[in-house]
Amino acid sequence: MEVRGLVKRYGELAAVAGVDLTVNAGDVYGYLGPNGAGKTTCLRMMLGLIRPTDGTVRLFGRDPQASVHALDGVAGFVEAPTFYPYLNGRRNLELLAAFDGFDARERIEEALETVELSDRAKDRVGGYSHGMRQRLGIAAALLRRPRLLLLDEPATGLDPAGMRDMRLLIRRLADEGITVLLSSHLLAEVEELCNRVAIVRAGKIVYEGAIADLKRSAGATYRLSTTDDQRALAVCGAQPGIEDVHVVHGRIAFTADDAAVAELSQALVEAGALIQMLAPEHVTLEDLFFSLTEGDGAANAEAAAVGAR
Amino acid sequence: MSAIAQPAGGVTGRARSRPGVGTVYRWELFKLRYQKRTYLGLGAAALVPILFVLAIHFRHDRQGGGDFAFASYLTKSGLVVPLVLLLFGAVWLFPLITALVAGDIFASEDHNGTLKTVLTRSLERWQIFAGKALAAWTYAVVAIFISGTVGVIAGCLQSGFNSVQTLTGTIVSAPKGLELVYLSLLVYLIPITTVVCIGLLLSTVTRNSAAAVVGTLMISLLFQLIGILPGLGATVPYLLSTQFNAWQGLLRQPIDWSPIIRAAWVCAMYGIPALGTAFLVFLRRDVAGG
Repeated sequence: MEVRGLVKRYGELAAVAGVDLTVNAGDVYGYLGPNGAGKTTCLRMMLGLIRPTDGTVRLFGRDPQASVHALDGVAGFVEAPTFYPYLNGRRNLELLAAFDGFDARERIEEALETVELSDRAKDRVGGYSHGMRQRLGIAAALLRRPRLLLLDEPATGLDPAGMRDMRLLIRRLADEGITVLLSSHLLAEVEELCNRVAIVRAGKIVYEGAIADLKRSAGATYRLSTTDDQRALAVCGAQPGIEDVHVVHGRIAFTADDAAVAELSQALVEAGALIQMLAPEHVTLEDLFFSLTEGDGAANAEAAAVGAR
Repeated sequence: MSAIAQPAGGVTGRARSRPGVGTVYRWELFKLRYQKRTYLGLGAAALVPILFVLAIHFRHDRQGGGDFAFASYLTKSGLVVPLVLLLFGAVWLFPLITALVAGDIFASEDHNGTLKTVLTRSLERWQIFAGKALAAWTYAVVAIFISGTVGVIAGCLQSGFNSVQTLTGTIVSAPKGLELVYLSLLVYLIPITTVVCIGLLLSTVTRNSAAAVVGTLMISLLFQLIGILPGLGATVPYLLSTQFNAWQGLLRQPIDWSPIIRAAWVCAMYGIPALGTAFLVFLRRDVAGG
């Protein structure tokens, strides 16, 4: 999937202000952003539900605005999946399978089994819990035998067990070869499932790329404790490649690359400040997300993008 | 959760058919079977003739006929009952029954949030529109014919399957009268189709079922009102409400086709723009909610 210069304006308001992203085959792609950042609007444009003010979407090279044929091999849902409440689960899937055509109907039982709804398939959807509807949404998507699955916050509103099951299901589907675009607020979930992310802020992409590159771009932060921290501070300050030296909760913190840390270790020993603890600090996607989407996110984004390159 | 066997097969299997308007139409009719408003409308279409015949039974026992067309024949031939119902039903009954589904068929998708669900399958928007419009029209046809048929049966039970006097005074046999009743129902479908188109327009534009149903009925009543306002007599032949009487041309000897022909083009004048606008609105709208 390729999105280029995607814009959606509602009067003066730009809900989406020039989004570019590429989802490659085999990606599990996280689409992150705070509420109101334009994620859902963007997903709707990707599915042909909303006309872009400007820009293009290509799904396997086809334009979803031109024809619904562009959605061949594409499935998913935007916001909560919705069904006819007066029909039961199976009937809803039969209707959607009929609207899919081809051999979709033959996959209904299999899809129900996959999402563990076979036992409740005869119940009216109006009586389903939120989690069951989410699972039925996945089942409805699987009827299309998708190569690309677009999921908008599939775990939102689920209890912990439901979230775990949803995560496992997405992982399984990805392992079986489905490319997944996952819009989510759950950063831990995205970090666990996704190999690449786009982070959107106020309708614009502030980072797009591999999570690993994003973390690398943030620089490795280390914490240090020695037998003589005053002397160690002085050594750190004088050592080439050791930057942003400061004290946090009684420990020395700095950023450096691996080579500089090795040289620092030797310098500390030679200076008589014996190392008690020297450990890299784990940078989470959440830390990076907030640094990109809060405060001077634009500057951070630029730094991240430069670092990632 | 167990894994699905072939999750990533893509778009193979094209030998099987892609869905079309017929698919949407069949499923819309299926969905109507599960909705209360369907039974409310069809129930009213069936119940009103029965109540009407009961009213005739008790009223005529005491007082005799009224001062409307066919009134004097109400107790002589049951075939007159559906015709009198067509006269009175035009005011609000049949427009309301029609609007119950036509006004709801798109708006309910917004209400349920299911538009995004069906628009992301393998059907073009025009196919979904056409299937739904046909289903709404089919429901209206069924309602009119149920009302007519129940009227014939109830009327014949009350007054017998007897010959009918036409509006020009000619007496026609009962079988010929029955034929004229059903031909009248067919002609009645001309303005009813226009009401369907107006209902579809309001359903797509308002995205609110209640507003669309009430709005359709209000428009229908507005035409009635214009027809009785002083000084607007010249507009009467061109009002939608007038076309509900076009079937009376069939009840003249010889048959007067002019009101039927006029009904066809006058109704097209209202219906085609309404349907066309509904179509364009549905085709071009952003599905930002349901």
